[in-house]
Amino acid sequence: MEKIATRAAFGEAIAELGAKYRNIMVLDADLASSTKTLKFAQAFPGRHFNIGIAEQNMMSIAAGMAIKGKIPFACTFAIFATGRAWEQIRNGIAYPNLNVKVVGSHSGIMTGEDGATHQALEDIAVMRAIPNMKVFCPADAYETKAVIASMCEDFGPVYLRLGRSAVPVLYDEKYRFKPGKGDVLRDGTDITIFAVGSTVSRALSAAEILESQGVSARVCNMCSIKPIDEDLILESARKTKKLFSVEDHQIIGGLGSAISEVLAEAGSGIPLKRIGMHKFGESGKDEDLYRKYGLDAEGIVRVVSG
Amino acid sequence: MDFATLDKKAATLRIDALTAIHKANSGHTGSSMSCMDILVALYYGGVMRIDPKKPQMPDRDYFVLSKGHGAPALYAILADLGFFDKSELDHLRQASALLQGHPVIKIPGIEATTGSLGQGISMAVGIALAIKADREDRDVFALLGDGELQEGQVWEAAMAAAHYRLDNLVAIVDHNKLQIDGPCSGVMNVAPIADKFEAFGWKVIPLVSGHNIEELVLAITKAKNIARQPTVIVAPTVKGKGVPFAENKVSYHGVALSEAEMAEVVPLLQGVGDRV
Repeated sequence: MEKIATRAAFGEAIAELGAKYRNIMVLDADLASSTKTLKFAQAFPGRHFNIGIAEQNMMSIAAGMAIKGKIPFACTFAIFATGRAWEQIRNGIAYPNLNVKVVGSHSGIMTGEDGATHQALEDIAVMRAIPNMKVFCPADAYETKAVIASMCEDFGPVYLRLGRSAVPVLYDEKYRFKPGKGDVLRDGTDITIFAVGSTVSRALSAAEILESQGVSARVCNMCSIKPIDEDLILESARKTKKLFSVEDHQIIGGLGSAISEVLAEAGSGIPLKRIGMHKFGESGKDEDLYRKYGLDAEGIVRVVSG
Repeated sequence: MDFATLDKKAATLRIDALTAIHKANSGHTGSSMSCMDILVALYYGGVMRIDPKKPQMPDRDYFVLSKGHGAPALYAILADLGFFDKSELDHLRQASALLQGHPVIKIPGIEATTGSLGQGISMAVGIALAIKADREDRDVFALLGDGELQEGQVWEAAMAAAHYRLDNLVAIVDHNKLQIDGPCSGVMNVAPIADKFEAFGWKVIPLVSGHNIEELVLAITKAKNIARQPTVIVAPTVKGKGVPFAENKVSYHGVALSEAEMAEVVPLLQGVGDRV
């Protein structure tokens, strides 16, 4: 199976879209080689700005560019984008509803060897709490491209969550992304697994293992974490009666929390088991970490079967 | 230019700002008074290309109030120029009103949402960079407080402005030497301000007084013509300027004047006009 990192797909997409949207500006904080924006920088040198290791300044500069009618993409590791510069995003970008796209690469324990300081595990929680802010976390290269195309068309601030490692290709170039819409990648009748980003392909693998054990699993890709697809969540609750969420993020405040809110407010009474991180990460190979923290297919199966 | 008329204008606008803060019973008296003459120089001194009838005019210059708590002074000016109705000043800081405690973009004439210190100057850098990218001839002005210079982000912005040679950016420091908890020198020393900016690659224009509108207009005109580097005008001011009992008093940083205090100060400020 072909594998491409979502950050690599972002680099391709933004370089392509730069020709179509002349007002796209790309900002980096000394991590352009990691956020994969060098192709854009080469194609449009007058529209790429390295701000240096100064994420707060980068976010507010992006706000200023948006004030002047630009579509700035402010890119750095997810932890620094959403953590270091949270208040600049909250007060300077989201509150005035500016058209800034915050791009956080290297999210989750998938970041691997750099260890816990570089693994954003609370970014979904802190971004989705902010009014006006949308949160998208694509599962593969084609979804990443589709999400970015949608972001360029729709006005307003977005947090785009990307990952470091290559992930299996699930879609093709015909795929269209719609904010607020989940995608049923595999239907099933016994349980539903809601997954996002890097965990989507793992949830699909888990569903195959479960199938062999006689459990029919529906797998939903919840790339649009905010707005979230309430209809799909409630329909899945009616149809399968047993729900699971899986994310490379703390279980507090992330995808599982967002789904819980929908289920509780609708009075569904259907339980949801959240699979995700409960603590800080550590250094290690991404696959070793996913195995250790139960975010791989086997880990998901263990929870479902348990 | 008749600078005596601008002194009178500044005195009248001081009354408007103080009245708005008084009616709200909330707002930053000292800071609004210290920056009023700087704002009058910018908005009435013929240095900034703006049109109150066309707030979104495509070739306008930009102003960012990085020290967002000086909002009442700016609101008084924008109302006087007709960006919005003057009656809005009566509802400053009140629920459902237009004029928020700190500047927001939805207010006509306000270009940047500020109030969280240190961010406005970065936004001004972003606007200036975008102007350069579009090869337009427009200037960006930003007003900072001296206490605000304690924010690390200010120096990130200063570094970036010099790095990108933003000669279309003019920063002005309202150097009133006081902040909420006391003198800046005691809370966290920001001196030497001029040396710091110079070391960061800025052209520095030090003023004798940030209350001399003629000196301010001349300095701003000069700053606009500096090439290949950003300029900062360091303007020594008096916190609470124009309100004798509040001048240089930390205690008037964030409080409204009482009825009795208003009765005392309004005739004095009206007198500034009379003497002209």
